[in-house]
Amino acid sequence: MSSLLIKNGRIIDPSSSLDQVCDLLIENGKISRLERDITAPGTAALDATGLIVAPGFIDIHVHLREPGREDEETIESGTQAAAVGGFTSICCMPNTDPINDSPTVTHYIVKEAERRAVTRVFPIGAISIGSAGEKLAEIGDMVAAGAVGISDDGKPVMNGQLMRRAMEYSLPFKIPVIEHCEDLHLSAHGSMNEGYQSTVLGLKGMSRTAEDAMASRDIILAELTGAHIHIAHLSTRGALDLVREAKRKGIHATCEVTPHHFTLTDTACCGYDTNTKMSPPLRTDDDVEALIGGLADGTIDCIATDHAPHNANEKMLEFDRAPFGITGLETALGLSLTQLFHTGRITLNRLVELFTVNPARIVNKTLGTLGIGAEADVTLFSTESEWVYDVSQTKSKSRNCPFHGMKLKGQVAGTVVAGKLVYRNEGLLR
Amino acid sequence: MPLKVNHLLGIRELSVEQIQLILETAESFREISTRPIKKVPTLRGKTIINLFFEASTRTRTSFEIAAKRLSADAINVSSSTSSVVKGETLVDTAQNLQAMAPDVIVIRHSSSGAPQQLARICNAAIVNAGDGAHEHPTQALLDAFTILDRKKRLAGLKVAIVGDIAHSRVARSNCLLLGKMGAQVTVCAPPTLLPYAFEKTLDFLPRDGASGRLSVTHDMHKALEDADVVMMLRIQLERQQEAFFPSVREYFRLYGLSAERMRAAKPDAIIMHPGPINRGVEIASDVADGPYSVILDQVTSGVAVRMAVLFLLAGSSKEETTD
Repeated sequence: MSSLLIKNGRIIDPSSSLDQVCDLLIENGKISRLERDITAPGTAALDATGLIVAPGFIDIHVHLREPGREDEETIESGTQAAAVGGFTSICCMPNTDPINDSPTVTHYIVKEAERRAVTRVFPIGAISIGSAGEKLAEIGDMVAAGAVGISDDGKPVMNGQLMRRAMEYSLPFKIPVIEHCEDLHLSAHGSMNEGYQSTVLGLKGMSRTAEDAMASRDIILAELTGAHIHIAHLSTRGALDLVREAKRKGIHATCEVTPHHFTLTDTACCGYDTNTKMSPPLRTDDDVEALIGGLADGTIDCIATDHAPHNANEKMLEFDRAPFGITGLETALGLSLTQLFHTGRITLNRLVELFTVNPARIVNKTLGTLGIGAEADVTLFSTESEWVYDVSQTKSKSRNCPFHGMKLKGQVAGTVVAGKLVYRNEGLLR
Repeated sequence: MPLKVNHLLGIRELSVEQIQLILETAESFREISTRPIKKVPTLRGKTIINLFFEASTRTRTSFEIAAKRLSADAINVSSSTSSVVKGETLVDTAQNLQAMAPDVIVIRHSSSGAPQQLARICNAAIVNAGDGAHEHPTQALLDAFTILDRKKRLAGLKVAIVGDIAHSRVARSNCLLLGKMGAQVTVCAPPTLLPYAFEKTLDFLPRDGASGRLSVTHDMHKALEDADVVMMLRIQLERQQEAFFPSVREYFRLYGLSAERMRAAKPDAIIMHPGPINRGVEIASDVADGPYSVILDQVTSGVAVRMAVLFLLAGSSKEETTD
């Protein structure tokens, strides 16, 4: 098992309210000591002077495309991109081909990940068979095979009664029910946010009410059933207010936001660049302001990427015909530091919390901590390093990213999974 | 005088001077279509591809005639005969056409933004002949040309645009052009057929008194009151199935143009329609064929305006830029 000594880094571990410069010793893949001036002869050492040393980041919303669309992403390439982004664990959504709606597919993903993944991989199982929204998938068996949550992500569960049953049925398994909140009738085949920009561009709009109405229904059902509703990629002020109110009432509701939703607005769609098309769509300045407020005040539990690789051919279509989704694993930390920390909107401790202990709690994993004896997943990063994202260098198999060429401040220096250095930024980590 | 743009993608990108230049150029071409031999050598040796991904009779024919009267070689590609049906992407189609070195590609597409996407890849001048619900710049230009012919001015005119604004590129381009030229535009539709925040369409124009204004109403009588120009838009019958309005009967009662209703407008008001018209749905037959209808003049104007656009984009006077 792997051992590693990380010297002189600034350790930030929100799970234990730790923020101090010291050394961190990993032995046998576990955190063994956190002290000043540790000497461990014979153990490989990293000099983390000037760097932040945080628990390994967890992205609970990733599309790995394997099985089925290995031309877009594989478990291997997706986890390599994750490691570049500082993620030590990712949860993969079930909309593969075949859909992960059975223990067989869950088992396949777990086994493939054991062989090829460079990070930990936790599958999310489907709520309904084929994510068709009609019959419940074998939730218990998928959990037994390794699923950590259920979702029909990419699609909402339009049938309210089925959603109620899914929430009730999931209770004994203590898993989150993750919803892509979108009333498909209200979003009406739109391809961008409904607003002034969609009117100018002549593109069909997706009304924010589609997200708000579905979030409202799901929170009401979570209150009724006592289930854990987790709202994926929340993007509107309205849905955020609903989650804030739900939390105040003690309903088990959590939510995530993506870096693109707190960075960009629908004005980015003005050139009809299909890499600005995703669901939910980029919203408005008012929503961005609300989301940053929610990240600061604790309403938003975590940052997740909704990394959605697509083949270049599919994105080379007309805007309204192109598929939804962008890649985001490699830019998540840079965007978060640039948009949230360097603007003074949130503290470094809060930022680390959004990437570590909070997402771990949502999927009930004892990860995201540097406590003694914990799994030695560590993310090292610089808050000050300035860099320009070059999508041609991506480890992902796809390049559908709107952040190509963007200047970012703050960058991953190294990624450690179970004590093993799986990614090193040569310029930042010696 | 050069147009100083490489493409005609929309009215939004044009200045008042550029709009005037196109309209003046069209005026100088008008006479060619009245000659016994309707042809000048102006664009001899130029290649113009009409790339139509959406059914069109009027616009495609108009562009083809405009090109031929200027002696350009015009080639028509429509979606049923192109590789699009075989699953080729727009980008691939464009690159293949580009490889044959056309001077102008005229594109009609059901997807908004397709001409912009094409303009990023192609060296040829791109002319938007209607994209989704975005823009239809040559329609707005020919409408302005037709109005000028009858009213001798655009500034200060009261124009009513009635019908399915939500799905209409014609309405968007016309609002932009008429607003830039100083007309007062009133748009009238049931609330279901108005896009989000449409009343803000002209807010980007300078508030210097030269720009026109846009107002929105759901009351047909108010829209027509003292109007100089009444522009009716086609209602697609399938909108009924999508619950935009309950029935054609009720639609016509509330938003249809009848002779009686026209009495609210100025006595010399003209009636326009981009076609094809739905008689008895948005416009009564006797009104469409009546003395104030300029619907067929619009079609005639189309040829002169498109000759002007093709000439300004493909003509030899195009300035070489070194930057």
